Amino acid sequence: MKRSKISGIYAAFVLAFLYAPIAILIIYSFNSVKGYSWQGFSLKWYKELFSNELIIESFRNTLIVAFVASVLATILGILAALGVYSMKNKMAKGLIKNVTNLPILNPEIVTGISLMLLFSAMRMRGGWATLIIAHITFCVPSVFLSILPKLRQINVSLYEAAMDLGCSPAKAFQKVVIPEIMPGIVTGFLMALTYSIDDFVISFFTAGDVQTLSITIYSMVKKRVSPEINALSTILFAVVLAVLLVTNIRAIRREKEIERKRAARR
Amino acid sequence: MTIKARWAAAPYIAWMVLFTIIPLCMIAYFGFTDADGIFTLEYIKKASDHIPTLIKSIYLAAISTVICLVIAYPFAYHVSRKSYSRQKMMIMLVMLPMWMNFLLRTHALSALIEDNGVINTLLTKLGFEPLQMINTQGAVVFGMVYNYLPYMILPLYSIMTKIDVRLVEAAADLGAGFIQTHRRIIFPMSVPGIVSGTTMVFVPAVSTFVISGLLGGSGNYLIGDLITAQTLGGAYNLNYGSATSLLLMVVVLITMVIFNRLETEDSEAMIV
Repeated sequence: MKRSKISGIYAAFVLAFLYAPIAILIIYSFNSVKGYSWQGFSLKWYKELFSNELIIESFRNTLIVAFVASVLATILGILAALGVYSMKNKMAKGLIKNVTNLPILNPEIVTGISLMLLFSAMRMRGGWATLIIAHITFCVPSVFLSILPKLRQINVSLYEAAMDLGCSPAKAFQKVVIPEIMPGIVTGFLMALTYSIDDFVISFFTAGDVQTLSITIYSMVKKRVSPEINALSTILFAVVLAVLLVTNIRAIRREKEIERKRAARR
Repeated sequence: MTIKARWAAAPYIAWMVLFTIIPLCMIAYFGFTDADGIFTLEYIKKASDHIPTLIKSIYLAAISTVICLVIAYPFAYHVSRKSYSRQKMMIMLVMLPMWMNFLLRTHALSALIEDNGVINTLLTKLGFEPLQMINTQGAVVFGMVYNYLPYMILPLYSIMTKIDVRLVEAAADLGAGFIQTHRRIIFPMSVPGIVSGTTMVFVPAVSTFVISGLLGGSGNYLIGDLITAQTLGGAYNLNYGSATSLLLMVVVLITMVIFNRLETEDSEAMIV
């Protein structure tokens, strides 16, 4: 049992390593002065953060880009998964999968520069259009890859049975296929949303004059001491924590309920 | 198969050709031409003058990858042996920092180690000399490890939970100790996770310009900083930048091929 205790302590250390810098940021976001000697509690940096119009505007831009890009990427991804699923040619399938992996495996900086070159060759100035195209490009592979396996799990007989019972192919598709792949669609959409919100490198090369939150943060952290950033980190951390807690607690609770029902049935 | 929708992939294929394949070809085109579009090897030659920078990037990224693996392996194993709800909890804790903006995480580190940062403020208060931590190679490695550690933990964890417990029990029944079980069963079966974790850490680390820019100072200029300077910054020259990007892509490609070969060899060995 001694070994499990050691590994437990070790795991706690790793988690502490991951959280210590964030915890320190949170603490110093309440410091009343700039810098890292503690001079008393204050909400000054939060007030400054909310009166910083650039940050508010870039936050709004980030949400717009993420939403538009994720919706379009999801539509493109659903169609792609359906198409590839019904393809018979093995070589074409393999080719598509390899191309799908390209933006995932390529360093982000290379993707960013390659798109920048394309846009400049197409005489497109950096702005909303280029930014959204770039975001769709790096989001769509993960949507595609999260829907395709769900399609493979579908029992084709169900779809055929629906048509035997009088459904048109479109109706059968809506009644059988869509509900089956819905979890994949939701996962893919959420992945696209988080990738898009989190992205900095590719946006940096393709955003032109549009300021996203990441780009604004970059110009602020480059100047080092900027306590509003600490306040912003604290808020984002709290939001992410809340979202994860709610979704996970619900998932674990559901899991336990299923477990209980299964036990009762026995 | 009765679902007929082959045409549905057409928009995706068109999109990927236009926005992934053609742009990559354009990097190659720009790398091998000059500003007038005439073929030249000048920029490739110029880019290869930066091979020392490239080697430094590979070196720092490789060290960070190894450190990540050493930290992540026991951690992932520990988590994989816990009960289901406990596992979920711990994996959530690993993913939480990942969800926070990458720049903010790097900023958190610089707050910790900069000259007037948390650690130095504490040291001077306690009467010690302040340490030079930021703007060193160590700071860059620290930043890479801190930022990319979850990318190593997650694939390792997901492969370790799939290892059949009966195999581990059988090993124990046959007299294998803790170390032997790891060496003969758990480590070999984790290789696919190690491979994907390694690429997920190494590729962003070798191409970073954020971590080196924020933590490494002017003395730790990496290949990513160079490319950024050539494509957006002071040394603006798209042909030059493309040639340097090509160099980086070659390195990443070679790494990928080597690692994927490792994986296939090992999984073949596993079937036997």
